[in-house]
Amino acid sequence: MEQFLQQLVNGISLGSIYALIALGYTMVYGIINLINFAHGDIYMIGAYVGFALTTFFHMGFVPALLLSMLVCAILGIIVEKVAYKPVRNSTRIAALITAISVSLFLEYGTMYFVKAETRTFPNVLPDVSIKLFNGVIINIRDLYIIAITILLMVVLQYIIHRTKVGKAMRAVSLDREAAQLMGVSVDKTISYTFAIGSSLAGAAGVLVGVYYNSIDPLMGMMPGIKAFVAAVLGGIGIIPGAMIGGFFLGITETMVSAYGSSLYKDAVAFAILIIVLLIKPNGLLGKNVKEKV
Amino acid sequence: MKILNRKNILGFAAIIAFYVIVQLLINADVIDSYLQLNIVIIGINIILAVGLNLITGFTGQFSLGHAGFMCVGAYISAIVTAKLGQPFLVGIIASGLGAALVGLVIGIPTLRLKGDYLAIATLGFGEIIRILMLNIDYVGGASGFNDIPQYTNWTWLYFMVVISVLVISNFVKSYAGRACISIGEDEIASEAMGINTTFYKVLAFTIGAFFAGIAGALYANYFYFIKPDSFGFMKSIDILVTVVFGGMGSITGSVVGAALLSVISAFLQRYPELRMVIYSIVLFSIMVFLPRGLMGIKDIKLNFLKRGGSADGDSETR
Repeated sequence: MEQFLQQLVNGISLGSIYALIALGYTMVYGIINLINFAHGDIYMIGAYVGFALTTFFHMGFVPALLLSMLVCAILGIIVEKVAYKPVRNSTRIAALITAISVSLFLEYGTMYFVKAETRTFPNVLPDVSIKLFNGVIINIRDLYIIAITILLMVVLQYIIHRTKVGKAMRAVSLDREAAQLMGVSVDKTISYTFAIGSSLAGAAGVLVGVYYNSIDPLMGMMPGIKAFVAAVLGGIGIIPGAMIGGFFLGITETMVSAYGSSLYKDAVAFAILIIVLLIKPNGLLGKNVKEKV
Repeated sequence: MKILNRKNILGFAAIIAFYVIVQLLINADVIDSYLQLNIVIIGINIILAVGLNLITGFTGQFSLGHAGFMCVGAYISAIVTAKLGQPFLVGIIASGLGAALVGLVIGIPTLRLKGDYLAIATLGFGEIIRILMLNIDYVGGASGFNDIPQYTNWTWLYFMVVISVLVISNFVKSYAGRACISIGEDEIASEAMGINTTFYKVLAFTIGAFFAGIAGALYANYFYFIKPDSFGFMKSIDILVTVVFGGMGSITGSVVGAALLSVISAFLQRYPELRMVIYSIVLFSIMVFLPRGLMGIKDIKLNFLKRGGSADGDSETR
């Protein structure tokens, strides 16, 4: 029981990271139907920006977090304007390969500038452990990660449901042309979507850097795919789905590592994805859309 | 139409002639071992691309797990030739059949999914295959499978490429192939026409997996050494890129695309630090400027070899 609770805490922390990245995936997919493979690399850039700000400019945790979110938001807009806009009306597969090429460009471009070695993230948060009842230990970093994730999700929900930008996003994802006829600027809305999604990925990058203390240029690859799995699990395009999918995936992975074999944790993540897709092809929260001719 | 017509005989003669010429050049050391290595890579990529083209280009099923089948084939051939000491032919057949079986088992449940969901499910299966190989100690696990006999040479490679190109280009002209093409164009319409869509999708998937298995066998028995990480998600992406670059639904495109991309990649080896950056820019430019690929859906036809080549056949595009 003790171990179970302990693993649950770890799982929720890992799940928060997946959920933050998955939110960006699901928002972009919802609005332009594109699997944004470069999203995992924006998360990596967020980690590097956080690293540079804390190491070279000796910033505190909160300003570094906010600044890297800003940098990632700008990067997201640039990526959308430069790379995805030209292929917006091409075939799905061309758009997908474009996304992969952007991902490779960010990964290896970063590697060219910062070199391939793993960097150690400075300790910007106090390393304090809190003992809970019956021996479960919560590190203050776990609390930070979980609290920041929940805060960002609340802010995101507020933006999407209570502001004009959010209304525009929902309109564009429902029907782009109709939204345009109603006077919504589609280009601007897509840029906002990329900015918000990328800033969440940037936040996840800094949090991972703080939590695991090490970053490298290819760190975005696997979490990127995993977060996409999380988004699909919850039902892609549905924002609460991405959160549930992220937490579910994080907790499952930690449990498999703890009670089974850590070597199989990735395989289990994919196996769960396939099983969920076969039973509910539109994800856990997805509605079943009938195809019409 | 007779099988032994002028077109087929001349085509056959051309195939044999090309084989003999390259073999003579290899014997005369004009083609050195570095060139041979690249020829082998091109050949393997052609087989992979042609197989995936059947699945993605013709049948329209978005697969991101093709490297998984190659992985299965490579490991089966490695076990059959290195551990069981069987000849290469047995290895090739076993890996083709083994990969096809895996393709069948994966295809039946997943091909009910559509579009991006199918893509992510096949990606998942590809990764599961890779992770299983990482954890099976019998085949070396993460450190890889060593000491595989090197059987792949120009003869094996060339005839396997010829067989896969011929089989697939004839398949797409058959009744079943036309059914697959119609599924690729419009699944609902072809279902309404009475085509058993599930059957033909699984059929195309299984054939594609079969040839990926053969490509894996050729790969394993050329490089002596295989490790699961060579068959990761990036390899699947590479194959998909080849198919799209060549033109979805064009066999000639896949052949040309595989050759060109392999040459580009070999050329970029000289700039190890910037290799992937340049590659990504090349990829991006292809997608923006040539979204339909090099060949579109056109195929080079050999009709001019027919006596008095018919004009109506030449201009025919699908």
